[in-house]
Amino acid sequence: MAILLDKSSKVIVQGFTGQIGTFHAEEMIEYGTNVVGGVTPGKGGTTHLGRPVFDTVKDAVRETGADASIVFVPPPYAADGIMEAADAGIKFCVAITDGIPAHDMIRVKRYMRRYKKEERMVLTGPNCAGSISPGKCMMGIMPGHIYMPGPVGVVGRSGTLGYEAASQMKEMGIGISTSIGIGGDPINGSSFRDHFEHFEADPDTKVIIMIGEIGGPQEVEAGIYARDNMSKPVVAYIAGLTAPKGRRMGHAGAIISAVGESAAEKVELLQEMGVTIVPTPSDFGSTVAKILEKV
Amino acid sequence: MEIHEYQAKELLAEFGVGVGPGGLAYSPEQAVYRAKEIGGEVWAVKAQIHSGARGKAGGIKICKTDDEIWAAADELLGKRLITHQTGPQGKVVHRLYIEQGCDIKREIYLAFVLDRAAERVTVVASSEGGMDIEQLAEEKPESIIKIHVEPAVGLQDFQARELAFALGLPASMMSQAVTTFQGAYRAMRDLDGTMVEINPLVVTGDGRLLALDGKMSFDDNAMFRHPKLAELRDKSQEDPREMQAADRGLSYVGLDGNIGNIINGAGLAMASMDMIQHAGGEPANFLDIGGGASAERTAKAFRLVLADENVETILVNIFAGINRCDWIAEGVVQAVQKIDIGVPLIVRLSGTNVEEGRKIIKDSGLDIIMANTLKEAADKSVAAWKAHTGKS
Repeated sequence: MAILLDKSSKVIVQGFTGQIGTFHAEEMIEYGTNVVGGVTPGKGGTTHLGRPVFDTVKDAVRETGADASIVFVPPPYAADGIMEAADAGIKFCVAITDGIPAHDMIRVKRYMRRYKKEERMVLTGPNCAGSISPGKCMMGIMPGHIYMPGPVGVVGRSGTLGYEAASQMKEMGIGISTSIGIGGDPINGSSFRDHFEHFEADPDTKVIIMIGEIGGPQEVEAGIYARDNMSKPVVAYIAGLTAPKGRRMGHAGAIISAVGESAAEKVELLQEMGVTIVPTPSDFGSTVAKILEKV
Repeated sequence: MEIHEYQAKELLAEFGVGVGPGGLAYSPEQAVYRAKEIGGEVWAVKAQIHSGARGKAGGIKICKTDDEIWAAADELLGKRLITHQTGPQGKVVHRLYIEQGCDIKREIYLAFVLDRAAERVTVVASSEGGMDIEQLAEEKPESIIKIHVEPAVGLQDFQARELAFALGLPASMMSQAVTTFQGAYRAMRDLDGTMVEINPLVVTGDGRLLALDGKMSFDDNAMFRHPKLAELRDKSQEDPREMQAADRGLSYVGLDGNIGNIINGAGLAMASMDMIQHAGGEPANFLDIGGGASAERTAKAFRLVLADENVETILVNIFAGINRCDWIAEGVVQAVQKIDIGVPLIVRLSGTNVEEGRKIIKDSGLDIIMANTLKEAADKSVAAWKAHTGKS
């Protein structure tokens, strides 16, 4: 098993016919993801990469039975595309787009509250590298070959740092059940805590690793959730120990603007909550290996 | 993007927030002329830099005569002001705002922030204005009032009234207060603000509510729909290297160390900096080269990092997903052949097409130190830096 995406996922690509959408759709198909079609308004009725193109997400869902979507729509229109997916009945949506205005994401989050929690689409991202259940389904822009199947659930903000962690684990023969990218934006579709809940319920995930960074409250919120509600061990790394206060480190959300948002403070709080800290970014593999021995 | 106080006040006034009479000046003569134009008996000559706490840094002068205004303006223009928000390098004053003085009865703190926990705009206010919010949180946390704004309907009348009463404003000022709070909220929402701070918002002797200071910042990701706001950008207030980087599609933050970094991805960049420090070195910068890095962009990254004269070693750390190691390697080789970098260079490649990438570097015959893992990259960078500089 895995969480949110697996062999049975029927995936559509929003922004299918654009250059970026095309490139990554090809990669995903090659990986074995069941891409059933795509959406580009105005190009409905045509075929792209041997798959049907639709004008609306609703059309795509009706014709293909799609339940998952990956969004490559450019920033000015991406929030609209995400809401369209939620409204069409998509269950899991990966928003890759980097550069969506924060106020648009506030609107998206508000809009999604119209659906009951159990029926609400799970949104990951924006500004993420996507998610992968190794060997089953890849919805993202990552190099699929560095992930091997196994018992570790990964949830992280950064794409390349997630690759670093995955490859260190692979090097030591440790595989991944599912790796979820929640993205580097200040207001995102789902949080570390949301995915802790999914991983806790997944019988094939034995250990969860959180790859966080400076800025925002989500790492600590997840730590509190883990302490109070989870039986599985949680391992965490927080990037940005050397990041100065008040400076944005690449990601729109990676900025220390309040008390408790620095890496050192997050590490201290997480340790208090019983989370095992990966001391340096070269210790992902060895730290997870030690915890795995115990479970 | 940040703007100046005078620009924030102009924008806020358009949304119904009260501001006193004032005008801009670029010279002492102009400052004196502005004061005459707006009238009154006492004026504040205010340095316009992108920072708060200007008063404490000597950037605001209260003047009663033409001579005082002239002298204040003459002193401030061209001066480098250092506040706790500007960093040690400070910011140079090129513009002054001359504002009519007013009879202040009370000072209030009012701000609108993007609340990451609530995922909406939150109003933060305190009856103890004048202090900065960090100080308020430290010394008078009980005075801080927070109200979440429901994004679908905006700040409601009753919320604005609740806030006004909680701040102790009299019933006679209620409609003014509601107009002010709702106006500032709309400015935040309609202009894609990331922050609106009015500190202090003052109650004057004659019962007016005025924004005595104003600070606004905007979401860079939303500039595509605010072409007029983009015109308010004052490049003289921004770090020239960071600005240059942004114009080249690179994300750069200058730091104090001497090991320069060229990394792909913000998370890996932060992690590499942490790793350098762990290995006993200090990072000179954060630099995310981004996805799809071309040879041209790699060369630009090298120029940018080398423009910092403190850089004595460079680490290139790429984990290629969308990028390909062979493209990056070609970019590195071309850059090193073109630019005389003059400092040790450590390259670590991983991910897509890594073997091809390593081969390109090896075959180039250039003096490049290769590393396989992140740890090795950091250790070799620090060792090379020590050998190159003789420092430890």
